[in-house]
Amino acid sequence: MDLHYTAEETAFRDTVRTFLDTHLPADLQRKVRQHLRLAKDDYVRWHKIVAQQGWAAPAWPVEHGGTGWTAVQRHIWEDECARAATPPILPFGVNMVAPVIMAFANAEQKAYYLPRILNCDDWWCQGYSEPGAGSDLASLKTTAERDGDHYIVNGQKTWTTLGQHADMIFCLVRTDSTVRKQEGISFLLIDMKTPGITVRPIIMLDEEHEVNEVFFDNVRVPVSNLVGQENKGWTYAKYLLGHERTGIAAVGRSKRELTFLKQLAMRQTKRGAPLLHDPAFAAKVATLEIELMALEMTVLRVISDEGKGPGPQASMLKVRGSELQQQLTELMVEAIGPQALPFDPAFLDGSAPHSGGGDDLAAPLAAYYFNYRKTSIYGGSNEIQKNIITQMILGL
Amino acid sequence: MDFHFNQEQQQFADALRRWVDKDYRFETRQKIIHSATGTSDAAWATLAELGMTALPLPAGAGGFDGTAVDMLLVMQELGRGLVVEPYFATVLGARFLTLAGGHDAVLEQVASGSLKLACALGERQSRHDMHAIATTATASGDGFVLDGEKTVVIHGAQADFLIVSARSSGSQAETDGISLFLVPVDAPGVSVRDYRTIDGQRAASVTLVQVVLGHDALIGQKGQGWPVLDAALDYGAALLCAEAVGAMDAIFAATLEYLKTRQQFGAPIGKFQALQHRMADMFIHLEQARSMAMLAAAKADSDDVAERRRTVSAAKARVGLAATFVGQQAVQLHGGMGVTDELPAAHHFKRLSMIALTLGDVEHHIERFIAQPGFLPTETA
Repeated sequence: MDLHYTAEETAFRDTVRTFLDTHLPADLQRKVRQHLRLAKDDYVRWHKIVAQQGWAAPAWPVEHGGTGWTAVQRHIWEDECARAATPPILPFGVNMVAPVIMAFANAEQKAYYLPRILNCDDWWCQGYSEPGAGSDLASLKTTAERDGDHYIVNGQKTWTTLGQHADMIFCLVRTDSTVRKQEGISFLLIDMKTPGITVRPIIMLDEEHEVNEVFFDNVRVPVSNLVGQENKGWTYAKYLLGHERTGIAAVGRSKRELTFLKQLAMRQTKRGAPLLHDPAFAAKVATLEIELMALEMTVLRVISDEGKGPGPQASMLKVRGSELQQQLTELMVEAIGPQALPFDPAFLDGSAPHSGGGDDLAAPLAAYYFNYRKTSIYGGSNEIQKNIITQMILGL
Repeated sequence: MDFHFNQEQQQFADALRRWVDKDYRFETRQKIIHSATGTSDAAWATLAELGMTALPLPAGAGGFDGTAVDMLLVMQELGRGLVVEPYFATVLGARFLTLAGGHDAVLEQVASGSLKLACALGERQSRHDMHAIATTATASGDGFVLDGEKTVVIHGAQADFLIVSARSSGSQAETDGISLFLVPVDAPGVSVRDYRTIDGQRAASVTLVQVVLGHDALIGQKGQGWPVLDAALDYGAALLCAEAVGAMDAIFAATLEYLKTRQQFGAPIGKFQALQHRMADMFIHLEQARSMAMLAAAKADSDDVAERRRTVSAAKARVGLAATFVGQQAVQLHGGMGVTDELPAAHHFKRLSMIALTLGDVEHHIERFIAQPGFLPTETA
């Protein structure tokens, strides 16, 4: 047992750090560090800078534009990006639809879509959840009926993250309703500009337009946009779930946020002394830090078993990772106290100075707290993750 | 980065497990804890034979120079098997001598299994602060005279020598002025009152009245005992973390088995989601604790004192939380059986609960974690 990075890994980390020091635009870094809202162009700009370097999809096979890094190197990359406060490379293209395309799509589809995903030429979004199909995803009702060389798609998807910017959506659709619900689902790629698609914003409790409903009204989708075989979509969706999920713990990001929380608690005072010197508050922060150390070690243990893949262990990482992300935001709000109340969306978008006054760093935090209640709900709620642990690991 | 154990480490652990499964079964242990001495000479002889007493000792004293990581697997097995022999007390005592240097003859006998040690550190008022010592060491001629009272000395009555902390100067609030001594348990003025502990071990109250010691009884430098004491306690805490993980492995496996076999309402109770999710929570706690026990073992020998303190305190706190949660829930899921003396899991629960209170509880270690450099941010936002 040796918990140190090797000399090669340390050198790799330094290379990554140098790249981030020189290539991460200061305005993007500031937005991410200070919890301001990112615009479409912010995501795309950073994705293209990373793509230029050839690092946009480290986990992909080299033949498709991956880096050939080990799992530990990929972890270092993610950790350093989080530390430097880069915008995220959105997962919908690179981490979600691409692995399915690589594994199950035909040669023509691979040749067309993968380079475009790598370079962020298309903005992808996910069409899985429906109003009646959340945790019970397989009960989805959106239909795709064959009509010559097309499918006619009808139905509704929901919780479509950043779908308002999307060029493409990957959808699970029902192509056979006469069989067991998991067996009649297909995996379809749909151009968002196709007539009959309507995107309606869902405004979240922090008044942010982050997710959408997507309506399909007799949308004609070429049969050539089917991935793999008809009615095998559920298998492909499940394949995706076992893929590259150690990042789900978001340990790197939480480490940065822990530092932010401490800095925040040094700026806030309680009876004339920095809040972080208050034993009760310090104990809460320390408890969280210790949990984060434990989670980071657990992630590294899972990663070091490279080849085995995270499998159901990822469910544990998701539960702990999301809980810690939420606790961090909770303590940030506790740290600022009454300063949590002023709410100024224009400031959060970067279009105006903070009208409420007070600490600029404090201004976005209540919205951040409310927004982050999503983390224990999305990507398979934490209760679903516990079902997975129960069945796949414990065998109950 | 490598989380695997080497073949030698694995062999030590396997040998221990085979012995526990064959000769240290639950019924055997029950007899041992209710016997007059509370320990078994035969078991001790086997531990020595298996190389366990030599493993953590320096090669110069006939040991194997084992690291804290080597000891991780050993302690896990002892935790799984609920072994109540004076092994931890002896290893911790030897750690004081190894860290301070000297006393090679004693270490050699410890390595061979012919001497047992115990650590007389805590006092009634000290709670978890091991510098809060009232016992005095008064210089006298070439040596010292010790006076004071030590409480909850684990396996004090089973030891041949005691490691005693005493004050040669300063107040209880200070870490300066502490001296450490190697005291024969049969020295005039030493009285040891043996008792059972709730978790099946033995402990003792040790009274020191005008105990006259030569200068050679001193461990390390006079008045400079704190760094040794602090480092030894971190080592001990890391070992206890490993023991707790072993005990949690056992109690978790037993509970899972029970959920699969116990039938109610016409189904194994493990089919009920309320119980399933509790089990998933226990699994998560256990894995976090395992990670921290590994981290603590990796840092317990470290020369970077701040890093060692910070990591071991984090681990002891996290393992303590897990020990309480996993232990309590295991009992709950076992239903009425969980609160009986005949169930091994109940004994794992008791041991886990007492480990959580030994060498610093959760709150103590969180406070210590906060006090280390590295907790306060180095930059402003």
